[in-house]
This record gives sequence, C-alpha cells and structure tokens, in this order.
Amino acid sequence: MGRGAGFAPEARHKNFIASRSTGIISLNRPRSQPLNSVVTPYNRAHHWFVILLACGTLLLIVAGALVTSNDAGLSVPDWPTTFGSLYRIPPMVGGVKFEHGHRMVAELIGLLTIVLAVWTWRAERRSWMRKLGLVALGTVIAQGFLGGLTVLLYLPPAVSTAHATLGQSFFCLIVIMVMVTGREWMEAQPIMVVERHRPRLRTLVTLAAGSVYLQLILGAAFRHSGIKLLPHLISAVVVTVLLLWTITRILAEHSAVPQLRRPARALLILLLVQLGLGFGAYLTRVEWGSVAAQPMLSMVFATVAHVAVGALVLATSVVLAFQVYRHTSPQAEIVVAHPASAKVVA
Amino acid sequence: MNKKMYVASLLVLVLLFVAGCGKKEAPPEQATAKPEAAAAPATKIDPATVATVSGTVKFDGTAPKPQKIDMSQDPACKGANETETVEVSNGDLANVFVYVKDGLGNYAFDVPKEPVRLDQQGCRYHPHVLGVMAGQTVQINNDDNTTHNIHPSPKDNREWNESQPPKGAPITKDFARQEVLIPVKCNQHPWMKMYIGVVKNPFFAVTGKDGKYELKGLPPGTYTIAAVHEKYGEQDQTVTVAAKDSKSQNFTFKAGAGGAGGQ
Repeated sequence: MGRGAGFAPEARHKNFIASRSTGIISLNRPRSQPLNSVVTPYNRAHHWFVILLACGTLLLIVAGALVTSNDAGLSVPDWPTTFGSLYRIPPMVGGVKFEHGHRMVAELIGLLTIVLAVWTWRAERRSWMRKLGLVALGTVIAQGFLGGLTVLLYLPPAVSTAHATLGQSFFCLIVIMVMVTGREWMEAQPIMVVERHRPRLRTLVTLAAGSVYLQLILGAAFRHSGIKLLPHLISAVVVTVLLLWTITRILAEHSAVPQLRRPARALLILLLVQLGLGFGAYLTRVEWGSVAAQPMLSMVFATVAHVAVGALVLATSVVLAFQVYRHTSPQAEIVVAHPASAKVVA
Repeated sequence: MNKKMYVASLLVLVLLFVAGCGKKEAPPEQATAKPEAAAAPATKIDPATVATVSGTVKFDGTAPKPQKIDMSQDPACKGANETETVEVSNGDLANVFVYVKDGLGNYAFDVPKEPVRLDQQGCRYHPHVLGVMAGQTVQINNDDNTTHNIHPSPKDNREWNESQPPKGAPITKDFARQEVLIPVKCNQHPWMKMYIGVVKNPFFAVTGKDGKYELKGLPPGTYTIAAVHEKYGEQDQTVTVAAKDSKSQNFTFKAGAGGAGGQ
C-alpha cells in the first residue's frame, strides 16, 4: 500500500474550520489528534480490488437476472450441491447453464468478499470501514443462504424478492466501499455547499435514494410474481419525480462541486435509460411474452438490462446521497436572500 | 448462555432448517389420501346399471397459431417444435380434461394399482394433458439423451422438483388430493409444459385430436361434468343419466376468454 502522489499535507486535512466569508465549511479536527490514528492512507491496490469486486457483483446480478428471465431457477433442484456434487460441473445446457453459471459466479464473489473483509480488516484504520468489510461478508453469506432457500422452497415470492433485494444491497455496499476507499474521498477536503431552498438537499436525496430502494423491492416482487405491476408503476412515477427534483437542484445550484455534479449527471442518464428499459421490459414480458412458448430473447435482454441498470441507479443514488451528506452541513441555515448577497451561517 | 452460545445455537438452527428444506420426500402423500377414501361409505356401483356420457369438445372461432419452439439451447433436444396449447383440428379441441366434478355422493372407488405413464421424448411431454386418480402412481420416464427436471406447481398438493438423468430410471410419484389442473414444467427446457388432472373418481378423460371424450361406468344419477382447458378455463354442465343410459354432452370453447356452454 502506498500513498498516492496527490496525498495532501496534513495541514490541509486537520484544521479547516467554517469560513463565513468564502462559504466553505471544513472539518475541524483538534491539532492534538494524531493524523495517522484516524486517517488511512490511500491504498491503490485495495481500492482497485474493491472496484473489481463491484464489477464482479454487477456481473453476478446480471447472471442472477438471466436465471429468472430464462425461468431456470429450479433447473438444478438441489442446493448447496449441484446434481449431488459440490465440485463437479454439470453439462452446461438448457437452464443449467444459467443456474449453475450463477452459482459459480456467486462462489467467486463469495471468495473475493472473504479476501476483501480480511484485507480491509488488516489495511484499514477506520474502524467503521473494517466493520463494513465484515458486514459485506455477512451479507454475501446471507445472500448465499437466501439463494439456496429459493431453490429448496421452490422460489417462494417472498424469499426470491429478498434474494434479489439483498443482492442489490450488497452491490450498493461494495460501491460505497469503492467510493470511500478512493483517493478523492480519502484525500480531498469536502467543500460545503450553500443551500438556498427547502427542502434541504439531504432530505431530497434521502427520499430519492429511499424511493429507488423501495422501487427495487417492488420491481423484484413483481418479477417474482409476488405482487401486481401497478405498485411498481406508481412507484416509478414517484421515483422519477424525486430523482429529477434532486438532480435538477444539484445541477442548477451545485454543479461547481464535481462530487455532486458527476453522480447527478450519471443518475440522469441512468434514469432515462432505465425508464426506456422498463417500457421495453413491459412490452416484451407483459404484452408480448405472456403467451410465449418460452422466454424470448428480446424479453430476456430487456428484463436483464432493466435489473442491471436498476442496480446502477440505486448505487448511484446512494453514492449521491453520501456525497450530499459529505458536502452539506445539517447546522447550516438555508440562505433565502438574493443570491448575490447569499452567505453561509454556520 | 453467553454470546458465543447464542451464535452457535443460531447456526445449528439455520443448518437444521436448511437440511429440513432439502429433504426431497415429504411425508407419504398416500397416507393422507387413503384415509379420505377409507372414510367414504362403501357404496358399490352395480355394473348392470352403469351409464355412459360422451361427447365432443368443439372450438368456436379462429384458433391461435401454434407457436414455434426454439430448442437450440440443448443439442440433445430434437423434437416437434410447435406448442400444443391450443390444438384444434376441424373445429375439434384436443387436450381438454373432462371429468365428473360432482354428483357421485358416497360412492367409493379403488385406486388403480397400475401406474399412468408420463414420457419425456424429444424434449416434450407425452401426453400434454394427463388424467390420474388421487393416490394413483404416475411413472415418469426420460427417453432423451439429456437431463430433465420435473416440476409440478400444485396449489393443493405438495410441490416437488426432481431431476432425471438421460435415460434415467423412472420416477414414480402420486398426488394425494383432487386438483385440476396441475401445471408441470421442466426448468431446463422452458418450453416443456404439461398438465395433470387429479380427481377422486375414475370418471375422467382427455380429448384427443377428434375432440371426443367418453366417461363410462357411471351409476344412474345427476352429475356435474366439467371440461377444463389450460388456456380457456373450465365449463360445467349438468347431466342426468338413467340405468344403462348413454348420453351425449358436448362442450364448445370460444376463442377468447371462457366458453359457450353445453349443447
């Protein structure tokens, strides 16, 4: 592990305080607190490993979505064995290639998560990050059990929905770890933004991310035949409104802060793509696919992409939420005066 | 009990739960079926008085075209590649399950000892609709050079899902309770779908390509005859038969939802 070239001097980290004249509020750490006891230096290898795990997890979500879309969830009737064996790879034909393929990717992600938890425990000085590594490990183990239960209980909607939801939660967790192990998060000083409107950005982004998560649960429940489509559609309208409201606010008022602008822009693009994919999934699955003899390629593509982009929307909205919390202060008052005379009251 | 003990106990409970879920065989279903039959008073049918109800199931309207099946995902699958959901020939509807739904009162019926066969050939189920008495053995065969899994999704019977290797040993199963129709599918080959009608009496039939059915050996009485199609649902008709009677009772299913009723 090594410090990156851009690692800032301690003075830049330790003693920033609220500045009424510039509108920037910074961390105010006591001088007596030794920096190396609380600050973990940027670790490029660890960070890239987490990125690799995040990519692998997205691949795992795609593999899981392929199982559902191809109606292959029970093509391997046993678990944790596959046709009675723990290690033998069966002929990868028919539904087996989706189901067993999903299991193999899941096993790989499980192994990588063990490495992540151990590595994080050893490399991190932030205790909450060490705990986050353990939470990730616990989540992936729970996810494995849920996956097994879906097989053993013949895909009950509640368990299948929980499996889908926990999988996306795990992805979010890893993406958060990507963010907080990144050089920018670890070294750059957060620039506190001035808020001029209510509701507060923190409120907006929390509602937006929460609604995306709820929408994901509803989508998974519909996909696994637990509920009708209507709640998912109504929720889609709510999510769209909340996300557009949040994104518009950020791009209109805080676009100078790259940590907010970038996820907001990404979220806007992902939202538009996701709405299109949702419509495609509705057409191919509900309208055209309901009487199909077997899963159609167009349905498989649309639904799997809808699941994958849904995961990206959730992860991006959570990243945005974290960045908003990092760049806003709950103590700062809303400045409602004319923008020209706006100032921060800490 | 300290923290470690709690964690250990929880782990053991989870493992026991998973192990319990993993058991293939639930309590024997016949055990639940037999008391049902045994509880009925032993009213026997007089063979000298039995009647017959027969008829044809017609289809009114334009039948949807059979859909093409793409079997390319498994090289071992080479069979007819059209669906059998709505099979109409000269206006006659095949694969309709017809049975006596009501009116048999306290008659008791022995469960046949011989099994009914369900074959998997060319990655298709044969037959597409199968009738069986509650408690009767269904023998499932795999004649294909690929693994299938047989997965019925009943509402009133126990669900199960078992794989069968290429040309593997037959699997024998039964269904304890009356249920019409139980969907069965193979998750390895998602086009493989069939239906099983399970009834408590021996008066059932599945229409062939000519749409005909016949229910023989009925004691005199008034019965509700039901015709059930996987896509068009159920139609019920009432028929009264006297001793040695032979009555014709036709059904007509219309394109679209529901049916037209009897004639």
